[in-house]
Amino acid sequence: MPWDGRPWAFTTMAAVPQNPDAQNRPLVEARRVAVTFGRQNVLRDITLTIPRGQTLAVIGESGCGKTVLMKTMIGLVQPTRGELLFDGQHLAALTDKELTRQRVRFGFLFQNAALFDSMTVGQNIAFPLREHTRKSVPEVQEIVVARLADVGLPENVLAKKPAELSGGMRKRVGLARALALEPELMLYDEPTTGLDPIMSDVINELIIRTRKHYPVTSVVVTHDMRTARKVADRVVMVYPISRLKPSEPQVIFDGPPDEIDHCGDPRVLQFVFGEAGERLMEMRRLSHVRENGGSLV
Amino acid sequence: MAADTTPAIERSFNPLRIIADDVASIGGVTMAGIEALGEFVLFTLSTFSWLFTRLPRRDTLIPNFYQIGVLSLPVVALTGTFIGMVLAVQSYAQFRGFGLETRLGAVINMTLVRELGPVLAATMLAGRVGGAMAAELGTMRVTEQIDALSSMGANPIHYLAVPRFLGCLMLIPTLTIMAIFMGVVGAFGYSAAILHIDSHHYWENSRKVVGNFDLFCGVFKSLFFGASIALISCYRGFHCEAGAEGVGRAATTAFVHSFVTIIVLDLFLGIGLDNVYYYFWPETQPLF
Ligand SMILES: Nc1ncnc2c1ncn2[C@@H]1O[C@H](COP(=O)(O)OP(=O)(O)O)[C@@H](O)[C@H]1O
Ligand SMILES: [Mg+2]
Repeated sequence: MPWDGRPWAFTTMAAVPQNPDAQNRPLVEARRVAVTFGRQNVLRDITLTIPRGQTLAVIGESGCGKTVLMKTMIGLVQPTRGELLFDGQHLAALTDKELTRQRVRFGFLFQNAALFDSMTVGQNIAFPLREHTRKSVPEVQEIVVARLADVGLPENVLAKKPAELSGGMRKRVGLARALALEPELMLYDEPTTGLDPIMSDVINELIIRTRKHYPVTSVVVTHDMRTARKVADRVVMVYPISRLKPSEPQVIFDGPPDEIDHCGDPRVLQFVFGEAGERLMEMRRLSHVRENGGSLV
Repeated sequence: MAADTTPAIERSFNPLRIIADDVASIGGVTMAGIEALGEFVLFTLSTFSWLFTRLPRRDTLIPNFYQIGVLSLPVVALTGTFIGMVLAVQSYAQFRGFGLETRLGAVINMTLVRELGPVLAATMLAGRVGGAMAAELGTMRVTEQIDALSSMGANPIHYLAVPRFLGCLMLIPTLTIMAIFMGVVGAFGYSAAILHIDSHHYWENSRKVVGNFDLFCGVFKSLFFGASIALISCYRGFHCEAGAEGVGRAATTAFVHSFVTIIVLDLFLGIGLDNVYYYFWPETQPLF
């Protein structure tokens, strides 16, 4: 940046050191992460690097551990084995206080929005601002209204309770809340599940628009192929452990969205084209056993 | 399912195996119990440490205090009154046989101040507030609101458990005093108006027996009851299992565990406080 004659331009540049290492460092890095709940293995040996600015879609059937993977990325779930790095820092090594400070840098849109139902919509969106900034009430109010407008909701919902909103509106309020602090990493947990096709597309557009507005790295967990194709630069498919042999990797596809149709793996194609396939045979076998008096337990 | 390749028939009935499975699970159940106890202790320690580092904001405290203190008063007062009257009815039948009706005041008021007032207030609080807290926090857990709190950098224990703990701890003494007061009033009202016991002697006998130390015992015990109700209920809420069933179970176990804890604590605190009393005042007043 050449000096434009303003006396403060140098100080601004000095305040933001241009460290090429920091820019090239991936924002999220999972190294051989495994997660186990009691006896149930949910994730095994996941290695994943998410560069800055990428929009990654994580696809996979229900219950395969997509939500758990996303929660481990921001330290909500502790990995049983392996390690997670956020911007080069080991999440497990951070103290509670440091982790709290890092959390300003993530935004999480939960599957059912997880709005606080004891608060109004306005209070929900203001929550992260009040927790982490010392802004005055009018300043907070201004940001809240701006965020609400960003997600296309009228101002009159501010005073409503989350229970009074429709599913699509709740998702959008959740999005406004997650974006309140302008995070570097946005995580969307099934943003379009349970919404009508029009509202799904509105949400897809919002995800794309958010990325255009400012440089954000995004992870979108979904089982909606339309969303994955529309918003993502890269798609990762996770397969349930219970259906894998011990030696097989759990990530069965990793590549750009347009390559997924030509992928050789039948398990990936089965998901992409939505076919029951051998699951139908399993179902038939189970009902056959039951009808013939066999016990399932 | 797919992973399970043993034919169903082969596993259906094998008594030896069933017994062996049960024996084998003893260790697991014991370990799970110890683990849960350890987690509860950690939860308690964490609540206390937040108490001494940073107090919650006023706007999270006030609604909890209102819910715990103000809204519980009517039901505590009502049950207190009736327990007082019930005590009068029951003891009168027994005491009249000895011609000791005027001693009724001493017995009833002593029972109310030392035992029934605190236990009754705590039980009502456990039922009215403890169950509701466990259900509310459980719903927040199930709908990921607790995860949302953490993801926005708010500590759920600091934000949710500490205000509830403070509310129960600080307000249960007033509820206890209310229960005692209404019980005393109810018992006296019934004795004087319906049993026609001489009120001068009724109060005179009470005054001789019930001392300041007894009131202190009642209030002191209630602090422990309040703390355990809040800790148990919040813990159950935080560790709620998925679904409506999980929330229901969190609410009922919160009440049952609180109630059992109250009764057990009552016994041990009663023994402890009696020892303190005999230590400081060895020459005790006989009841009769
Ligand atoms: N906190 C938890 N405790 C125990 N089991 C869990 C927990 N969270 C998720 N699981 C289990 O992990 C598996 C994967 O869950 P999840 O990541 O939510 O799947 P999905 O891919 O549909 O998002 C499920 O079988 C679920 O029961
Ligand atoms: Mg999920």
